[in-house]
Amino acid sequence: MAQFELNVNGKTHELNVDPSTPILWVLRDHLKLVGTKYGCGIAQCGACTVHLNGVAVRSCQLPVSSVGNNQLTTIEGLSEKGDHPVQQAWLEHDVPQCGYCQSGQIMSASALLEANTNPSDEEIESAMNGNICRCGTYTRIKAAIKTAANS
Amino acid sequence: MKTIKTSIGRRSFIKRSTLAGGGIMLSFNWLASCDMSPSQVKALPKEWFKINGFLKIGENGLVTVMSPNPEIGQNVKTSMPMLVAEELDVDWNDVIVEQAPLNTSVFKRQLAGGSQSIRQGWNSLRMAGATARAMLVQAAAQTWGVDASEITTSNGQLIHRASGSKSGFGPMASLAAEMEVPEEVQLKDISDFKIIGSSRKNVDGTKIVTGQPLYGLDYSTDNMLIAMLVHPPAFGMQLKSIDESDAANMPGIKKVFTMKTHLEDYSLGAFDNDAFNEVAVVVGDSTWEVMKAKEALKVEWEMSPAKKEELNMFGRTRTIETPAGLESSEDHRLVFEKMANKKGKVVRKDGTPEIMFSKAAKIIERTYTCPFLAHNTMEPMNFYADVTSERANLAGPIQTPEFMEGSISKRLGMDKEKIDIQMTRMGGGFGRRLYGHFMTEAAVISKEMGQPVKLIYSREDDMTQGTYRPAYQAIYRAALDKDDKLIAFHVKTGGIPESPLAANRFPAGAIDHYLAEEWEEKTNITVGAFRAPRSNFIAGAEQSFLDEVAEAMGKDPIDFRLELLKKAEDNPVGENNDYEASRYAGVVKLVKEKSNWSGADSDIHRGTAAYYCHNSYVANVLDLEMQNGNPVVKKVYCAIDCGIVVNPDAAVNLAEGGVVDGIGHAMYSALTFKDGAPEQSNFDKYRLIRHSEAPKEIEVHFVDNQIDPTGLGEPPFPPIMGAMANAIYKATGVRRYNQPFITDKPLAG
Ligand code: FES
Ligand code: FES
Repeated sequence: MAQFELNVNGKTHELNVDPSTPILWVLRDHLKLVGTKYGCGIAQCGACTVHLNGVAVRSCQLPVSSVGNNQLTTIEGLSEKGDHPVQQAWLEHDVPQCGYCQSGQIMSASALLEANTNPSDEEIESAMNGNICRCGTYTRIKAAIKTAANS
Repeated sequence: MKTIKTSIGRRSFIKRSTLAGGGIMLSFNWLASCDMSPSQVKALPKEWFKINGFLKIGENGLVTVMSPNPEIGQNVKTSMPMLVAEELDVDWNDVIVEQAPLNTSVFKRQLAGGSQSIRQGWNSLRMAGATARAMLVQAAAQTWGVDASEITTSNGQLIHRASGSKSGFGPMASLAAEMEVPEEVQLKDISDFKIIGSSRKNVDGTKIVTGQPLYGLDYSTDNMLIAMLVHPPAFGMQLKSIDESDAANMPGIKKVFTMKTHLEDYSLGAFDNDAFNEVAVVVGDSTWEVMKAKEALKVEWEMSPAKKEELNMFGRTRTIETPAGLESSEDHRLVFEKMANKKGKVVRKDGTPEIMFSKAAKIIERTYTCPFLAHNTMEPMNFYADVTSERANLAGPIQTPEFMEGSISKRLGMDKEKIDIQMTRMGGGFGRRLYGHFMTEAAVISKEMGQPVKLIYSREDDMTQGTYRPAYQAIYRAALDKDDKLIAFHVKTGGIPESPLAANRFPAGAIDHYLAEEWEEKTNITVGAFRAPRSNFIAGAEQSFLDEVAEAMGKDPIDFRLELLKKAEDNPVGENNDYEASRYAGVVKLVKEKSNWSGADSDIHRGTAAYYCHNSYVANVLDLEMQNGNPVVKKVYCAIDCGIVVNPDAAVNLAEGGVVDGIGHAMYSALTFKDGAPEQSNFDKYRLIRHSEAPKEIEVHFVDNQIDPTGLGEPPFPPIMGAMANAIYKATGVRRYNQPFITDKPLAG
């Protein structure tokens, strides 16, 4: 066990956990931020995607001890009122089926658009290839990313 | 207008005591959908009046509609309440949707499976809305002293034209709740629908895109513990003993023990399938601590003996024999080879197929296979349970809550009345969550701990402890005469452990001399329903074979299918054909027209397929391009006849998902075994379709008709596998006979 100060969604949290605990479980179990999902635990599905200083990372592979005072953003902190252009585009295209993968998809998509405001189809596919959607909403995800890019 | 007898019993009007009884109150609100539309922001009502088990109306006119069935991503949480709202005649913006708990005295068939939710709820949900509307009309008639027949409704308003009286539903709600339940109600004409048939957004949309708690895995209460299981590493093994000393002393660990899901004297029911009855359990404060302790736990396993179990299939008894031993995919391949040379059990025979085959000028024979598949819902299995000696509260993702209530009642020795089951939104189902052993496990663990627990499966636990899609083989033969006319057809198909045959399905009925045989071989690998059971293999195999037969006959593959369907319509062979040939032909013609089949560019490689299952008809055209040796699906056309479409855009989404899912599993996915152990346990080895492999475009068309809705969750999934195989052949000149097509070897990953 060790003390950590974590900066999540602009707020500082103090916690006492095993240093090897992945951020995924810190968020879900300790901070009760359950929008970040568990899908595989081995960086293969993208369900757990969060932003570390604005860059998309897989939180299941990020031990709490490695974060330091870097800024973490989760789906809950992406926007204050759920009005981030990517979230809005997701609603407009009614993307989700079961919805379980979608917070990870949105976090990957928003990081992509942060780095590249007008991605091509190929750029979207390669940036999103680490996010599995078992329900198969890929075509809608791509359309929603394009809508968000244009807004 | 259609008048129907109401069957809403008095019991559905009795407020359910558990709602008021505390305990799980948190989840009551938590499961409500709070996507507030602008008009809902006009503040929640001060008081709700419960009109019947399906709906309550606030004094300000807001309406809460209960969605009875489990939501697995098929969007019933939006589309089922749409049926209620339509007949209630309320503005959809004034509707709040809430997931109903399991309540068999009010709701029928609270189950997600077989693509039946809308089909079976079509009348009962509309009736619930129409009954409430009739009671509101009665209340207004009494208030205004006019005849009920002179009152009309529109968008949540009651109107009496002659007197100019007008009222919203809200002010009449308290009186309406007191009215007699009408014996009969009138349902709207289809032409008067305002909500059904127009696209409405997913009621959980905002919650999903903002990451609010919705799923079983997100569920938590104060002083809840986390539990995980350790199950045998291979099918054919069982637990012998555990040494918990190291694991139990790790930080945050509360208890390590072993448990049995079912006790010896329990007679298994239809959804009680469970790969491993006895498992080790690790319970602790947090998920990571439990995961680490699991690794430290020392377990000894032993070979399990052969078993014979009686399964109670809703009154019918089925004997399941489970052999002993550690099976490998190699053994399963040998079974396929052995069965290829043996006769199967004849299930259907028309005419004299053997004689026709002996006279044939040409015989085409092809063998198709597919491997076991794991469901791999994105949200792994999990369940919350809080069991005391007095009651059991459970919450989580389950497709069969009603059935599981019975299993849990027996396991805990507790009356069903004391068991409360809340259904969370599910991160996918695909059939996996029909088998709710994880609920029973959670209940037993909570009882043991005397505390609320949430049981979580890791991805590895989930993938290696499945109720898998069986492995299948199909051998098709077609006899052609010297003029290349099709004179006889033969299918022999089987699987481990069940056959995928639907003997009365097309092309049965379209060919005079037809023979269908099947076989089954036992296994100790647990299997269960997987999206479109059996069809999820046989459709692709059959549709690939028909493509090859058409080619041998020198015919266009769509024209060939239409000719067969014409014969099945005009002059069907046999009595028991399970499909309507005209509707089948309808989707084939529609996809032919929409894809401009006859006028396509020659550099596009096109495959087609069509299939009927779960009461609906689907036809596809798939356009493929080869890029650097990889097949790239440029576009898929999908034509569907599922009767009336309730929520069109959501239906398109579901069909798109079925297409992607079908291409994905046919191309890439397999679960293989070595000495009883699955060789894939996570997404590094188990391949699922990804963004770059999905079709670039999917165009969905529905047949416009006024037939009561049929299924949509499953039908778009099976046929696309055949269309993919046929397009690959056009692009490469090589036919694919074995799923996954990427390796094209029988039962190989
Ligand atoms: S849970 Fe982290 S990538 Fe799958
Ligand atoms: S919407 Fe179900 S996994 Fe993506």
